[in-house]
Amino acid sequence: MNYNMQLTPDEVEILNGSKGEAMAKVMKTLVMYGDAFGATKMVPVTSKMGHLVTSFGLKVMSPVYDLMDKLIEGNALSAQKFSVDPKPVDPNVPSSFLKNIVFNKFMYTMQDNYDAQLRKLGLVDDKSYTCTCYMDEVGNIPNKGEVLSWAESSAVVYANSVLGARCNRNSGIIELFGSIVGKVPYFGLVTDEGRKATWIVEVKTTKKPEAQVLGSAIGMKVMEDVPFVKGLDKWIGTTLDGDTKAYLKDFGAATASNGAVGLYHIENLTPEAVEQGESLIVDNAQVYVIDDAELERVKASYPVMWKDKNATPKRCFVGCPHLSHAQLIEWTDNVVAGLKKNGLKKVSIPTVFTAAPAVVEEFNKTGYAKKLKETGVVLSHICPLMYMNNPLAKKMPVITNSNKLRTYTTSRYYTSAEILDIITKEAK
Amino acid sequence: MKQFKGRPVVAGKCTANALVSHGGFNTLASFQNALQFGDKQAKCGDQNNADIYGKPMVGTALCLPQTIGSTTGGMVLYCAKVMERNPACMLFSEHIDSLAAAGAVLGAVWTDNPMPVIDCLSDEFLNYVKDGMKITIAEDGTVTVE
Repeated sequence: MNYNMQLTPDEVEILNGSKGEAMAKVMKTLVMYGDAFGATKMVPVTSKMGHLVTSFGLKVMSPVYDLMDKLIEGNALSAQKFSVDPKPVDPNVPSSFLKNIVFNKFMYTMQDNYDAQLRKLGLVDDKSYTCTCYMDEVGNIPNKGEVLSWAESSAVVYANSVLGARCNRNSGIIELFGSIVGKVPYFGLVTDEGRKATWIVEVKTTKKPEAQVLGSAIGMKVMEDVPFVKGLDKWIGTTLDGDTKAYLKDFGAATASNGAVGLYHIENLTPEAVEQGESLIVDNAQVYVIDDAELERVKASYPVMWKDKNATPKRCFVGCPHLSHAQLIEWTDNVVAGLKKNGLKKVSIPTVFTAAPAVVEEFNKTGYAKKLKETGVVLSHICPLMYMNNPLAKKMPVITNSNKLRTYTTSRYYTSAEILDIITKEAK
Repeated sequence: MKQFKGRPVVAGKCTANALVSHGGFNTLASFQNALQFGDKQAKCGDQNNADIYGKPMVGTALCLPQTIGSTTGGMVLYCAKVMERNPACMLFSEHIDSLAAAGAVLGAVWTDNPMPVIDCLSDEFLNYVKDGMKITIAEDGTVTVE
């Protein structure tokens, strides 16, 4: 094959089949992919673990599973262990007879086979199904400067921005290929130049902005560019503590799904912004000013996809991306207090909170688990997005505080405060 | 007739009628129904894409700025190729994005009959081309629209 990037003799040998046909094809894919972006070379993946986006055994994706079989047969396995996005189904989550048939007989019929493939390829363990692999309880936390081969847009933007790791916005399969070869093409967010900010975002709100709306506004404006956000530290501080990380998790997921942001810098807060300050900003960067009115405008622009726009919600999802342990505790306290204030014992809308299996396990060891269960809220490890990815769920009026879930499904967005108000009041 | 010169990401030749998306092409939303429910014409399922929603994509010269949406996009494109629900070629006015590039390259390396993909064709190309126009592409990235 013809290629433009500089390869080492070892890489050329792999390309020529020294490690078998499957590995040669994996390398060829990465080289062609890198060439498309002007990559100059391949660089080693230096993180301990990878993260894959594809967690679902969807019948329709059978070509992907056939490809996985070719990798396994060719002994082209991941050189590093990896976590993977959440599963689409959990028997604890309220469903219907018809929906169960659709899920189990038509859609996710490949789930068991695919889970087995993932274990052979290098999945850490059965608790590693989450989009928030970087939680302490999960333990896939890259160090600053490490090069990753990850996919899952919300995890990539978090790893790049909050942890200072280096990863491009990879597609599914490509991220696995990088983990198999142990190298990724050197371009984009892996390079110093690609991490410079081409936008300055000035936050001039009169109160702490809702993370999911602020992220949405920035994502829609800058698309795949890198923003340098000023003025947010006034509201969320200059320390990367648990609350701030949770805020940035939700903010980042909205920038990545409402736009295509893979990296943001927050002045005086995120690692590279603290170290390099405004030298991260390119000359002639564009400027986007966000005030209260702009956030209101953005929120009002979200289309309501429900057939009956005044329908009573039938389901509520909180936790896309998955909630942190601290967020679960805060939501539990808030729901309990809200119900008490309104004289109710249980939430009025069937509500599901989602978190990583390891986070759920830790949470279940605390007294909060009993409190939450008594409110009627179901705690699950599923991916709400995958749960809604079927014709039956699309017809259901679902509410969420996730701008990512809103973007990819027919669910309706409300702020966290609005969601709390809706689920703890008598349903209309 | 007008010619445009782009960069072949996956080189190839074909002739097909244009299908034009002026906004970002959401790969997952567009192909989901077609792949899920056996629609051999692969009618576009993305309700947010007014240009091509409901229109068959199979065998067309799909003209677009970039793809958007889920990072499953590359895999979905690869599946569409293997299941023969893919456009005849994809023509990007802008630099190809990482998700579409993944799908294009996976198709090129892991299937026997790759789908040609050309990018960097310019805004002028996307403004000029209209649904149904005859498109002919050459291996060097030349696109003839008539």
